[in-house]
Amino acid sequence: MNKHDIDVERVGTNPGDPLVSLPGHVSHGRFERVLRAGNFAVTTEIAPPDSSDPDEVLKRASLFDGYVDAINATDGSGGNCHMSSLAVCAILTRVGYSPILQISCRDRNRISIQGDTLGAAALGVCNVLSLTGDDVGAGDHPEAKPVFDLDSISLTKTLRVLRDESRFLSGRKLDLAPKIFIGSTINPFVPPQHSRVNQLAKKINAGAEYIQSQYCFDIPVLKDFMKRAVDMGLTENCYILIGVGVLPSARTASWMRENVPGVHIPDEIINRLKSADKPLREGRNICVELMQEIKEIPGVAGLHVMAYRQEKWVGDVVKSSGVLAGRTPWSPDHSETTIGLVS
Amino acid sequence: MYKVRLWSVRHSRFMERLYNTANPGILLVLKGVTKIFGKRLDRPITAMEAGVKGFLFDCQMCGDCALSKTGMSCPMNCPKTLRNGPCGGVRANGMCEVKPDMNCVWVLAWDGASRMKNGDAIQNNEFAVDHREKGTSTWLKLARDEKTTDE
Repeated sequence: MNKHDIDVERVGTNPGDPLVSLPGHVSHGRFERVLRAGNFAVTTEIAPPDSSDPDEVLKRASLFDGYVDAINATDGSGGNCHMSSLAVCAILTRVGYSPILQISCRDRNRISIQGDTLGAAALGVCNVLSLTGDDVGAGDHPEAKPVFDLDSISLTKTLRVLRDESRFLSGRKLDLAPKIFIGSTINPFVPPQHSRVNQLAKKINAGAEYIQSQYCFDIPVLKDFMKRAVDMGLTENCYILIGVGVLPSARTASWMRENVPGVHIPDEIINRLKSADKPLREGRNICVELMQEIKEIPGVAGLHVMAYRQEKWVGDVVKSSGVLAGRTPWSPDHSETTIGLVS
Repeated sequence: MYKVRLWSVRHSRFMERLYNTANPGILLVLKGVTKIFGKRLDRPITAMEAGVKGFLFDCQMCGDCALSKTGMSCPMNCPKTLRNGPCGGVRANGMCEVKPDMNCVWVLAWDGASRMKNGDAIQNNEFAVDHREKGTSTWLKLARDEKTTDE
C-alpha cells in the first residue's frame, strides 16, 4: 500500500466517514483502535458552549489537536444546561474527531436514551460513556424534575443489549445495531472506598469496556484501588483511564472540593497551590507530576484530562508529561472544514 | 423513620435471620389467604406490608423489593433511586450528595451486606425497576409465585 492508501485506511477518504472496523473491535472508532493497539491513551473533555454556534464547538475542540485520542462531550455536567452532548458529538464527527458521548441518567428515561444512542451511532459517534449524573440540585436549574429512570449500570447493560442483541429493551429488533465502544465511570476516592473495586467489577459485568475515573489527586488511594483491580483480573477485559485535573488556584481547588460532587483533593495539594508564587504554573506542574506517576501504575491504560476553563493548557500538560511517548494522535485538517459559518 | 432505618441496617445480620425464619410462615399464610379470598384482601395486605417495611426500612413500595440484596438498606431512599449504587458523589464523610444530612443509602448497603450471610448478593447487577409496579406488594407476588427472585 502506498501512503495515500494507508491514510485512506486510517482515516477514510473524508475525515467524517466511518473508519473500517478492525477484527476484534466492537466499533469503527479511533479511540478503540488506540487502546486495543496497546497505546497509552489520552482523552479530555470539551465544555459544550452556551451557544448554538457549531464553530464554537470546533474552536474549542481544536485546542486539543495532536494531544488527545478522544474528546468527551459532557451531558449537562454539574446539572447545568449547555449545548447537548449528542449535538456536540455530531459536530465533532463531521470533521473526523473521535468524540465520547456522555449519557447521564438524570435527564432522560430509557425511551429517550435508546433513541439517542441509535441517533448518535447514525451520526458517526463510536464511543458512549454511561454516567449516573449529578443531581439537579447542583446546577442552575434546581427546580427541574430529576429522571434517574436507569442507573449507570442499567444504562451500560441497555447499551450492550442495543449493540450485542440488536434489540431494544422491549425486545423489538433493530435493523442495524449501533457499533459503539461502551464505557462507564468510577470514583475510587470517595466512600465506601473498600467497595469501589466491587462497584468497578459490577460495571464491567454490566458490559463496560473502558472506564474513565473521577479526578485523581491522591496517588496512594489510586495505587491501592488499581492493585486490587489488577488482582481481581478486572483490567484484563477493560481499559481503565484515570482522571486528572488542572487546578488554577488554591481557592478554586477548595471551592471544587466543597461544591463539586465527588471531588477529593488532599490538603497537601491545596497547600502546595497556596504557597506557590505562580499558582497557575504550579497547578500545571501538579497535573504533570500526577500524570507521570499514574502512567507507571500497573493496569492503567490511559489518562482523562479534565481542565474546565483551563482547556488551553491541556496540550501543554500532555506534552510536558511525555505520557504519549512521542505518539501524535490524529487531528483534522481545519482548512477543509465546511461546517458552520465560514469565518 | 430514619433512625429505625439506620438501626435495621446496623443489624442487617439479625434482620436477615428474622426474614429467613419468618418468611416461609408468612408466605404460607398469604398463599392460603389468597387462595381463599382471591384478590379481595390485596389492599389490606399491601397496606400491612407498607406499614411494616415502612417502619423498619422507610420502604417506598417500589414493588420489586431488593432489601435482602442491598444490606437491608432500601435503595429507593436514594434520591437518584439507584439500584446499583453508590454514585460517585458520596461526600467524604459518607453522607449523601443530594441530602447532606442523610447517610448515603448505598454506603449503608455495602456496610450492611458485609455483615450478612448472603451479603454477596449485592455484587450482582440489578436492572432498573419496572415503574408500573410502584405501590404493589412484593409479598403477594411471592405468594402467587409471580416473582421468581427472592425478596
